[in-house]
Amino acid sequence: MKGILKIAFKLLVNDKGKFAALLMGITFAVFLMVMMTSIFSGVLRSASSVVINIGAKIWVMDPAVTTVANSIPMPEFVQDAVRSIDGVKFAVPLYSGSATLRLTNGTYQSVSILGLDDTSLLGRPELLEGNINDIFAENGFLVIKDSEINKLNNPQIGTTFELNEHRGVIVGIAKVAANGLFGMPTLYTTYNRAIQYIPTARFTTSYVLVEPKNPEAVQHIKDEVKKLGYVAVTNEEFRDNISTYYKYKTGLGTNILIMTLISFIVGLSISGQTFYTFILENLDKFGALKAIGAKSRELIIMIVFQAGFTALTGYGLGVGLCTLMIGLAKMRLPNYASVVTFGNLGIAFIMVLIIAVFSSLIGVRKVLKIEPFDVFRG
Amino acid sequence: MAKTAISAHQLVKWFGEGEARTNAVKAASFEANFGEIFYLVGPSGSGKTTLLSMVSGILKPESGGVTIDKTDIWTLSNDELADFRLNRIGFVFQDYHLFPRLTTVENVAIPLILRHCDWDEAIQLALKYLEIVGLKDRAQLPPFKLSGGEQQRVAIARAIVSQPDILIFDEPTASLDGDTGKKIMSFIKDEILNDHRCVLVVTHDSRIFEYADKIMKMEDGAVTAIEHKNEIK
Repeated sequence: MKGILKIAFKLLVNDKGKFAALLMGITFAVFLMVMMTSIFSGVLRSASSVVINIGAKIWVMDPAVTTVANSIPMPEFVQDAVRSIDGVKFAVPLYSGSATLRLTNGTYQSVSILGLDDTSLLGRPELLEGNINDIFAENGFLVIKDSEINKLNNPQIGTTFELNEHRGVIVGIAKVAANGLFGMPTLYTTYNRAIQYIPTARFTTSYVLVEPKNPEAVQHIKDEVKKLGYVAVTNEEFRDNISTYYKYKTGLGTNILIMTLISFIVGLSISGQTFYTFILENLDKFGALKAIGAKSRELIIMIVFQAGFTALTGYGLGVGLCTLMIGLAKMRLPNYASVVTFGNLGIAFIMVLIIAVFSSLIGVRKVLKIEPFDVFRG
Repeated sequence: MAKTAISAHQLVKWFGEGEARTNAVKAASFEANFGEIFYLVGPSGSGKTTLLSMVSGILKPESGGVTIDKTDIWTLSNDELADFRLNRIGFVFQDYHLFPRLTTVENVAIPLILRHCDWDEAIQLALKYLEIVGLKDRAQLPPFKLSGGEQQRVAIARAIVSQPDILIFDEPTASLDGDTGKKIMSFIKDEILNDHRCVLVVTHDSRIFEYADKIMKMEDGAVTAIEHKNEIK
């Protein structure tokens, strides 16, 4: 069998033009499929960046909340009520909003602001410079060092700004696990300072962050919060809800799906057509092999091997090219929202397998139909 | 007395449907012995290629039978028949059907590879047979870089590399000039034919009739005459 596969391999790769066309078709399709789905994964990850960075186990919110950014403020009693639920270890408020800063050079810049619980600072970022205790100092803010920090004119510790006629001072520079989606710099401060500096409506608590005493308590907490007219979701559920919103309620998911399908169809067409031509050109030779004594299953193995080898090589090249492009993009744009996940690779792999199966099928069908007698008859 | 290599009995083949149905071979019978070159001759459409295909086990007749060295080939299953062809019959096709993307020696090694021989052993044996047909120095070239006569010899090397006892030649001189055609037939008669081998040739090239031991003439699907060597004009 090894010899037959070697013949199949040589027939394939020695036809350099067709092999290159086949590889290009599949590589291009895989590149597009992985790129599209990676961008989408990156966007979804960025959309959930606050959830990822804060890291609370349970989030309590208004039932109408679809993403972190459109939080609906809740009255303060919600926090107290949640704290009184059996199974809650602690519950703290979180402020999430945006504001416009006036920088020292007189220009304005929109920023995201997160107000952490004054007592626990739950969800605080990892400091690169400065002391976390300085966040309690007068006008203290932490700035996140990401690709958007330049928009604040590269602030250092001690840099000041104006926020609604309040003075603000950068007291620490920090980093977070996931960057935001909206291209705005992010500042962290205490909850009380946030609601003091930023104009708010009657209610001020964006989310209540809950730590359950144990995993078994989660469902009870959810049930009790529901009785209050609010919802409690786990970190993963909140991220899933945000993903669902972007996938199904914004058109983004549909567009990415369409682009991925188009990439798949392009790959399928190019490789299917080229492989079909490759089989057609060698059809008389396959007929001759049949006449000589090759069995149908041996010819099927040859064709499946050829299609499979091309598909897997193209898959590897496509994934490699995609990773390279994302790597290059991230060197230039650190906040570039694109993440290659195992899920993306799996989707592309399945689609490549479909391409290989389709290409094999049309080849096998043709080869099985050829009669050795046709070779004699010409 | 020569041993019978091929015995074809009352072979019948029809093609087409309805009004287009044609009787391509009409109750053809013949016997060919080991150690002889047997020609099937006749004009285009006379049924000689159809008959050859039935005799070599690649086209099933409507009726009649073919016995090759005591094996009734049309009682074999598809896989058994494929194995039988692989082990007992060598084919030289009119257009050679060599793989242009393989080297000459790899083309010759194909029947051995199909018999699951080790790759290196198959290549070594193929080289030996290329030497027999005088093309060892062309072993690493692709077939399309060889002349028509050389390609013909490569096809012969491929046909004999598995040492079959039946050799089938379909119009072996059709695309060769007269001299090359005669050289090929002379080579077949002197180097390839032996007492344990029967060579079946389909041709309408009268220039090579001198190499035949028997000539079977066909017309409109029917055998019209079988001439022995001393009767051939």
